[in-house]
Amino acid sequence: MSVALASILRVSSVEPDQSARGSAAAGDAASVCGVAAAGGVAPAGGDVLVSARGLTKTFGGFTAVDGIDVAVRRGEAFGFLGPNGAGKSSTMRMIAGVSPATSGELRVFGQDPASHGPAIRARLGNCPQADMLDEELTVQENLWIYGRYFGLTKAQTRERATELLEFAQLTDRRADKVEPLSGGMKRRLTIARSLINNPELLLLDEPTTGLDPQARHILWDRLFRLKRQGVTLIITTHYMDEAEQLCDRLVVMDRGRIAAEGSPRDLIARYSTREVVELRFDTDDHADHVDAVQGLVGASRVELLPDRLLVYTDDGDATSADLHARGVVPLSTLVRRSTLEDVFLHLTGRTLVD
Amino acid sequence: MRSAAIRPTDGPTPSTGHTSSTGRTGRSVHGIREPLSPAERIRAVVGYFLTVYRRTWRGSIIGRFATPLFFLLAMGLGLGSLVDAKAGGVGGLSYLHFVVPAIVATQAMWVAMGESTYQVMGYFKWNKMYAAMLATPLRVGDVLFGHLLTVVFHLATATTIFVGVAALFGGFPGWGALWCIPVGVVTGLAFAVPVFAYTASQETEDGFNVLFRLVVSPLMLFSGTFFPIDQLPVWLQPIAWATPLWHGVELARGAATGVVSSPVPAWVHVAALLSFVGVGGWLALRLFTRRLVA
Repeated sequence: MSVALASILRVSSVEPDQSARGSAAAGDAASVCGVAAAGGVAPAGGDVLVSARGLTKTFGGFTAVDGIDVAVRRGEAFGFLGPNGAGKSSTMRMIAGVSPATSGELRVFGQDPASHGPAIRARLGNCPQADMLDEELTVQENLWIYGRYFGLTKAQTRERATELLEFAQLTDRRADKVEPLSGGMKRRLTIARSLINNPELLLLDEPTTGLDPQARHILWDRLFRLKRQGVTLIITTHYMDEAEQLCDRLVVMDRGRIAAEGSPRDLIARYSTREVVELRFDTDDHADHVDAVQGLVGASRVELLPDRLLVYTDDGDATSADLHARGVVPLSTLVRRSTLEDVFLHLTGRTLVD
Repeated sequence: MRSAAIRPTDGPTPSTGHTSSTGRTGRSVHGIREPLSPAERIRAVVGYFLTVYRRTWRGSIIGRFATPLFFLLAMGLGLGSLVDAKAGGVGGLSYLHFVVPAIVATQAMWVAMGESTYQVMGYFKWNKMYAAMLATPLRVGDVLFGHLLTVVFHLATATTIFVGVAALFGGFPGWGALWCIPVGVVTGLAFAVPVFAYTASQETEDGFNVLFRLVVSPLMLFSGTFFPIDQLPVWLQPIAWATPLWHGVELARGAATGVVSSPVPAWVHVAALLSFVGVGGWLALRLFTRRLVA
């Protein structure tokens, strides 16, 4: 199948606009992950790559992960959404086979990381929160060295590194030292490096934390290409927009536990209203205005935040019209759709990023 | 490539064993990958450290030539001419011949300390290269052993250069000097391996000051290096016996000159040095595992 793929690539480089096989971008990503993805869409059923039952991690007296159950199927993009300290990274490190579980059952590719760590790690890509690059070495040296850790031959590693540099848009920086690169470039290099062994499962812990908006969008685009090619992605994030953009399915994590699970759309439908009216008042304490906005047309719930009130409603315009009719005049009124942030707020009573 | 060992895959990409232009062969084929042999794993780790060395060797090589020159000038020629004139040498040897083998062992200690303190701390804390390696099929033992092999390489290079330079300046009476090279490597390892363990137990580099000031510097002075330990108070002498440097100095001097200061046979010195390596290695593996697999 890869032979066929390779020939497609060669053809597509001559005729890039063949609608039957998608855009040139798809071909680009295909050359990187080499997964034969019929149609390029994540399958809904599929076999289970990661399953956890009662998975627990404690550090001394502190419980970081408190008995979670998770199943990730081949081809999906699965997210752990939660604030810092929710236990996302600890979970990822256990799945990656770099941190032993304290208790519970964990299977990755059907194997137990405690006894088959090296075999599991050989098949997955691990992109941890810290980049862990050797900044004194060049961009391509970082890739070459990593390929050898997976037992790839020198020739295989070099060839793969060339493709990945293209994918990560770092080809023109390949002979430069890593140290002066921007945060986004280092992040892309880390992701490229984690793909050196052509993994079936890619773990991304906070992939865009600390990046500027433009760098985040470039990265999302690259991850989306991988996903289209059928690479299974597991992503942790505390950005709800990232979770909405990238994840087919996610769990909301809080204090080591799973608070809810579903697709972004499901979760919003289940735990929030269609729209939200955000109200800011000229006041020291927004609690003073809660009573004034209760029982508005279409509204079902009011949440108090330090800097604003959120009115959950099925019809934001009707709600704000009613507010206006009551003679309540906030400093600003914003009608928007519900997001995962609202889901999180409803489930935990707290915001994701404080 | 031992393709016979590749088992059937369960991924969507079939393992046809072909060589495509996209490089999806051998261990990059989806499914269960062929495990790496211990030799492949160690080679991969050493490969990293040698890549680092290719970038940094120019800086270190100058020091490796300069250090023996400084020592020869100061100790051998400067202090040596005084000792030889006043005391007629040490134990039948000219002071230069007495002191040079000891400095070989001492320099091995310093090289070992350099490679096993800040360097190791850096791979734990600063660039996190150990952790990066352990995200792959490599194990803690591979990382530790591969790094220690690199230290052996550094010790061998530094000691060979030292012996070569010292020989050019008449630092040795004969070919027995060549034995100083393996003695230097083993002496260095007797420091490096336990200090790898020590570094793994340290959260900050503050502990290194204690190590250098209270262990390494006194050892350099009181291990029979610049004067025989029977010049020390009797109660201090057993301390020298318990430290690796004294064993290394005695071995190196005995091999290079045939003159030793104690009745202890050479095999006891070797056994003492190897036990530092052995116990240190056991400790280092435990402490590396505790720190890296949490």
